[in-house]
Amino acid sequence: MVSKFYIGLLVSLLFTVIISAQEKSLDTVKIEQLKEIIIVNRKSLNNKNQVKPLASIDEYLEKSNKITMIKRGNYAWEPAINNMVSDRISVTIDGMQIFGACTDKMDPITSYVDISNLSEVHVKSGQQGAENGSTIGGGIDLKLQKGNFNDEALYVGFDTGFETNGNARIGSSELNFSNSKFFVNADAIYRKSDNYTAGGDVEIKYSQYEKYNVSTIAGLKINKNGAIIGSVIFDNATNIGYPALTMDVSSAKALITSVSYLQKNSNSRVTEWETKFYMNTITHVMDDTKRPDVPIHMDMPGWSDTYGFYSKIKLAKTRHSLLFNANAYYNKALAEMTMYPSDPNENEMFMLTWPDVRTLYSGIYGEDDFSLNKNSNLKMTARIGFQDETIADDFGLNSLQIFYPNLNDNQQRFLINLSTQYQFQRDRFQFSGSVGYGERAPSVTEAYGFYLFNSFDNYDYIGNPYLNNEKSLEFNAAVNYTSKKIKMGIEASYFYISDYIIGKLNPDYDRMTIGADGVKVYTALDYATIFTTNLTAEYSISNAIKLDGMLGYSLGEDNDKENLPLISPLNYKLMLRYKKAFLDAELGMSGADKQYNYSSSYGEDKTNAYTVFNANASYAFYKGKNKIFVKAGMDNIFDRYYSTFADWKNIPRMGRNTFINISYVIK
Amino acid sequence: MKLLKYFLPVILALVIISCSDDDDDVAPVNEIGDLIKVQDISNDEHTIEVYTKSGKLVQGYNDITVRIKDNLTQDFVENATISWKPVMHMIEKTHSCPKSDLVKVTDKQTVYNGYIIFTMAENETEKWDLTFNYTIDGTAYEVVDFIAVPASSKQTITSVMGVDGVKYVLALIEPQKPEVKINDITIGLFKMESMMSFPVVENYKINLDPRMPSMGNHSSPNNQDLFFNATSNMYDGKLSLTMTGYWKLNLILRNQNNEILKGEAVTDENEASTLYLEIEF
Repeated sequence: MVSKFYIGLLVSLLFTVIISAQEKSLDTVKIEQLKEIIIVNRKSLNNKNQVKPLASIDEYLEKSNKITMIKRGNYAWEPAINNMVSDRISVTIDGMQIFGACTDKMDPITSYVDISNLSEVHVKSGQQGAENGSTIGGGIDLKLQKGNFNDEALYVGFDTGFETNGNARIGSSELNFSNSKFFVNADAIYRKSDNYTAGGDVEIKYSQYEKYNVSTIAGLKINKNGAIIGSVIFDNATNIGYPALTMDVSSAKALITSVSYLQKNSNSRVTEWETKFYMNTITHVMDDTKRPDVPIHMDMPGWSDTYGFYSKIKLAKTRHSLLFNANAYYNKALAEMTMYPSDPNENEMFMLTWPDVRTLYSGIYGEDDFSLNKNSNLKMTARIGFQDETIADDFGLNSLQIFYPNLNDNQQRFLINLSTQYQFQRDRFQFSGSVGYGERAPSVTEAYGFYLFNSFDNYDYIGNPYLNNEKSLEFNAAVNYTSKKIKMGIEASYFYISDYIIGKLNPDYDRMTIGADGVKVYTALDYATIFTTNLTAEYSISNAIKLDGMLGYSLGEDNDKENLPLISPLNYKLMLRYKKAFLDAELGMSGADKQYNYSSSYGEDKTNAYTVFNANASYAFYKGKNKIFVKAGMDNIFDRYYSTFADWKNIPRMGRNTFINISYVIK
Repeated sequence: MKLLKYFLPVILALVIISCSDDDDDVAPVNEIGDLIKVQDISNDEHTIEVYTKSGKLVQGYNDITVRIKDNLTQDFVENATISWKPVMHMIEKTHSCPKSDLVKVTDKQTVYNGYIIFTMAENETEKWDLTFNYTIDGTAYEVVDFIAVPASSKQTITSVMGVDGVKYVLALIEPQKPEVKINDITIGLFKMESMMSFPVVENYKINLDPRMPSMGNHSSPNNQDLFFNATSNMYDGKLSLTMTGYWKLNLILRNQNNEILKGEAVTDENEASTLYLEIEF
């Protein structure tokens, strides 16, 4: 009932806004959207990125004010937007849906691409991020690096990096060619790291990893405005340790392919029309063969295949800039567990932890960015989706029927996402306010998971196929001030999430995993609220020196005023930057206050406050058109032993680390 | 035309096959289906064919189908009344085991069905034999032979002494093919009246607590205790198995007054009941 009320409220709100908006005068000034773009592209190698050129995609994302990264080790960190993780956010690769194959979230989508594949990452908060799929917390779209037909270019790049902590070695190379008819980008990257050490020279066992990633994107212009673009990414990680968990990953493989037709014409009403067909397949092999002391050895492989398409059209009409995106995908998620009894004569113990769930989603998204006058604009978005889920494996259906005897193998859901955002800009001030309503379906784990052990709170989790859609009503506001010397911004979001999905202890069920404390079943809380805010400031002391700061705070509570897990405490960053000619240097400090609002029932404790310091410098040497870019630095200078709220089971972060990255670009 | 080329031979073949049926003598009606023969037990006049699903007899519950063949005419006898008696020849003593009557299968002419629950396995020196007594047109016959009853790898049958001083036999009847799901479980409960008589015990109750010792005694949800089913004369309940592997079905046997005759509840201190059956799949 409550949700229906919200929808009604929003629809009427949208209408009033549209009607009143039509009376305004005609003037088109594009106002910058309040989305965040993280530049990964190494074409413009410079210190603006604040990240070393060969940083992992995770390290790039971590620099975003909107994103926090949950760590279970040194690899495959899990991004969270507005303190909401995987199930509540939409993560896509160039608009393509792709779903991890690990039941324990050890393979977020971001772990299957590398910086060599990407040009930008678009981060959108809340319902602004619903373009590619239903979401509550926001959307991350990883934009692939591809050439265009505008400039003739041929360049080859080599990068190499070394880091003292974990003895990490990184090498990559790329080749980019483009002319007016054809382009191709090919790249390869390799990373290997041993165990890292935390502050005080404490070795973190099982934190090693090795991976390589190769990709090729090619485009061919077939008529004046149209081109066919194909892309293939193969990502292969092996021997990945997860020190915070009881299991590691011997192999995580992804093959991500797409072919699309892109039509661009800035003189036409239809400025851009892209239709893409894609397919990706993931194989994830979790095991514990390297762990000496386990009560029972087990293998937990998972598979996730997705087939989909989208057709995205951009229209420009006087003061309107419209975008429509019709998309559909079909995902197959299967995971199993085999446990080996200590008595070799006993049969293996086998279960399906994901019962071969086939999800068919189809939906349509529309967006109208409407320029009210030269100072203000209004952006409205809406997504309607239909989702059909089938349990394809009888073994899995039978298993779940142990808990839900009348469970049907098929169910359908409708999903709606709406938002409206108003932006106003005058002189040095920019204001933006938005309201949104979003729904999401429970994830495969939340709906169909079967005895999935969560080491965070030490409980086995059982899915609940009867969960309602989770619904969120959100409000956002942001104010920015920009002058020659000072840039300041404050931004806040509030989410009221009804039917909030979370695990609740069921004392009638007996734990499966040896050593677990019991069984939690996914249930819906009446509601939960999440509030996030951050303050950013940049001050130019002189032309060459800048001071950059950020302060963030979040609060998450359930309907009993109990704290939600994985909510960031007060955190801050401060950075002093120096830039002159080809030299960049940076001195940084980051930290967090004590985690006062922790959730003990989800296995959290009061994580201590910490502050760490880092410094780096880079220099670009030019020789003709060729360029050598060197960046070196030190993280955690004082070798502090610490962990943050986002570290799974308080696994300590890396201690002092000295790195050097050298990039060589030949044109 | 192309289609015809392929279909013509098929049609022809069909015609030939359907015609040839009528030419032969009347074949013996096959009412055995896909059961597999365990062995023939013969006297001068007849051969008793013994069938089970697996073609074997095992320690524990056996669903057995038999038919009687006239050695002279090779026809199957349709009008016999038949009974059976399994006997274990131990060194010190002989005894029988729980069994049902052997009755003609409804809707069928030549097959008789029943069950035998072998309480123990054979060994080098101790064997089971099976006697059939049957009457055809007023004449009584007897046939007997040794049968092979190897040990089950898991305990599907148990003989225990209740606190009431009675010796009980419990045998797992279903599931024969356990799966990861809520299985129907059926247990046969008998008391040992004498060495040769094992009648069904009615209206008792059996508490069920399945556990996986290899998984730190993991147990499953939504099991149901077993109650007497007057139609089948057995005890029916529900057994949840959350994964494949070895399961110990811990049982508590209670009489009509709900008093415990045998078995103990599984707790943190008490790993297993002394009354149990086993499943591995």
